[in-house]
Amino acid sequence: MSTTPTDLDALVAQKYRHGFVTDIESDTLPPGLDEDVIRLVSGKKREPAFMLDWRLKSYRHWLTMREPDWAHLRIAPIDYQAISYYSAPKKKDGPKSLEEVDPKLLATYEKLGVPLHERARLAGVAVDAVFDSVSVATTFKDRLAKAGVIFCPFSDAVRDHPELIERYLGSVVPHTDNYFAALNSAVFTDGSFVFVPKGVRCPMELSTYFRINAANTGQFERTLIVAEEGSHVSYLEGCTAPMRDENQLHAAVVELVALADAQIKYSTVQNWYPGDENGVGGIYNFVTKRGECRGANSRISWTQVETGSAITWKYPSCILTGENSVGEFYSVALANHYQQADTGTKMIHIGRNTRSTIVSKGISAGRGQNTYRGLVKILPSAEGARNYTQCDSLLMGDRCGAHTFPYMEIKNPTAVVEHEATTSKIADDQLFYCRSRGISEEDAVNMIVNGFCKAVFKELPMEFAVEAQNLLAVSLEGAVG
Amino acid sequence: MLSIRDLHARIGERKILKGLNLEVGAGEVHAIMGPNGSGKSTLASVLAGREGCEVTAGRVEYLGQDLLAMEPEERARAGVFLAFQYPVEIPGVNNAYLLKAALNAVRKPRGLPELDAFEFLALVREKMKLMQMDESFLNRGVNEGFSGGEKKRNEILQMALLEPKLAVLDETDSGLDIDALRVVAAGVTSLRAPDRAIVLVTHYQRLLDYIEPDFVHVLSDGQILKSGDRTLALELEKRGYDWVRQEAKVA
Repeated sequence: MSTTPTDLDALVAQKYRHGFVTDIESDTLPPGLDEDVIRLVSGKKREPAFMLDWRLKSYRHWLTMREPDWAHLRIAPIDYQAISYYSAPKKKDGPKSLEEVDPKLLATYEKLGVPLHERARLAGVAVDAVFDSVSVATTFKDRLAKAGVIFCPFSDAVRDHPELIERYLGSVVPHTDNYFAALNSAVFTDGSFVFVPKGVRCPMELSTYFRINAANTGQFERTLIVAEEGSHVSYLEGCTAPMRDENQLHAAVVELVALADAQIKYSTVQNWYPGDENGVGGIYNFVTKRGECRGANSRISWTQVETGSAITWKYPSCILTGENSVGEFYSVALANHYQQADTGTKMIHIGRNTRSTIVSKGISAGRGQNTYRGLVKILPSAEGARNYTQCDSLLMGDRCGAHTFPYMEIKNPTAVVEHEATTSKIADDQLFYCRSRGISEEDAVNMIVNGFCKAVFKELPMEFAVEAQNLLAVSLEGAVG
Repeated sequence: MLSIRDLHARIGERKILKGLNLEVGAGEVHAIMGPNGSGKSTLASVLAGREGCEVTAGRVEYLGQDLLAMEPEERARAGVFLAFQYPVEIPGVNNAYLLKAALNAVRKPRGLPELDAFEFLALVREKMKLMQMDESFLNRGVNEGFSGGEKKRNEILQMALLEPKLAVLDETDSGLDIDALRVVAAGVTSLRAPDRAIVLVTHYQRLLDYIEPDFVHVLSDGQILKSGDRTLALELEKRGYDWVRQEAKVA
């Protein structure tokens, strides 16, 4: 049956579906990083002076830092001088509308299933698509503008709304925060900016698709979402990359700011190329994601489904500053073949009566290593704070690993902190039970895994919950049988 | 329908079945009784194809097919059903979802169309009435948090839904109180049919008060030592198993 290592190898042998390369002329900087490169990138983007200053400040700080080594990961050394820090599809001027976007690019997104056209299947979802370093199209701009919502490529925001960028950029993740965040602050090329004004409920789901295409490039995008008092927004990002033998670096920063009574829901379906079944190639996904519930009664909710990348290193976190604010983290992380994931969250309770919920589901198969690392920190000011953490691991086969590192720092005696953790194997019993009812082994595995992940999937927007289920099924195809 | 010849099986190093013979015809109800550790559950597992039970010799023919060569799901699709002694919990998987997937999986090889959600619900509601099960069971995780009795009812519900040709019930009576036993037994009895065979594996006679078997077999140390009609079960109830073993030794 399915549980012998050799059978599992077959399961793991499933193919990555987004591994094609688009043959498109691009404007790519030669590899290497110094202040001139940063000036060049900033110049290409026609950025205001404050932006360049910030980049240079970040770069100088980065030079003083060392790569972190505390994660439960084996990482081959990264040569930062071998990476190209800017790659953009060649074009005359920025596209004014979808009609002006290179048809090859549109075809790429079509292949990826990204609904760029406004008539597309997922009508009601506004999409910003980032290809290598630049944003190529943002749909539904007009309808959003009518509601007062700004949703645009980050580069546009720097030019069109410099006052907002200057006020909020780096206010949650400072340029000195960590090694990869400092690097990102120096060299980030594009990303998305969302601003939802006071009292506005964003009329549709917002979505960004990130795609790394060019070889030897890194992708350093920056996303900033600001939700003013009483506003609501739901945002989804999806990620894919071609299959390449070298590891490619993706070091993004996402900052969320929720003012009083505002709600931000941030969902990620991450399917970067994970490397082949021997662990060759794949994306290094080193991402800093953090949200601050700055105002009272605000809420930030992270939901992530992480099926891709050779190495994932990310901890979407919440700083709960406002009274009664709520932070949530729902995660499904899959590590198959030689994939490594070290992921989790930090919940920093500062305000009174702040609450946080953490639900983490880790699935390990093949030789995958899956680590949950989470911090719950309750400061002396956080009277009446509460946290609930549930952390479950599912193992398939006997050569993978699951690790759990929960950290708790409780500085206020009124806090209530709960932690539950389980580790289980996909039991032969469960598989046999389903099979003895006529259900094929593969369907049975999918059924059991989806059941395991249900608590997280139900947090995803409807359409994407279906996508996440399919993605998981594809990622485990052949894992047994 | 089912013909077992000289079946030997082991789990790990331990030999459990040691030359078992059994013939089961369509429409018949057979009870397999025996002391703990005699191999009853192993027999049920071998018939359903559980991994870990290794058949070392013998043949099992089911409707003219080599049953042992078939995967568990193929057996199910060919009409073999095992009611588990310990039904497995699958957290987060909706009971209705599993039932519908199973039903459509066995309907396909029978040339029947897939049932849509409405047809399925109508059918499952009717069967649930028979098992006196509340509809809320449909939306709970498979066996998740079910009591012992609820799990066993759920097994027979599946049997009623899947309409197998050969049903093997592994200690379906264990852990049931008398009311639950009646419901389960009534469910099984209602499923007796001329084209369906039922093999009841049980420890106690009491189930046979409600489901009257055509044949009773005593399994001990991996072999069937004695076969008879239902009066044999009553005698076992009175006298225990030892005399059967003694008799077999003398013979």
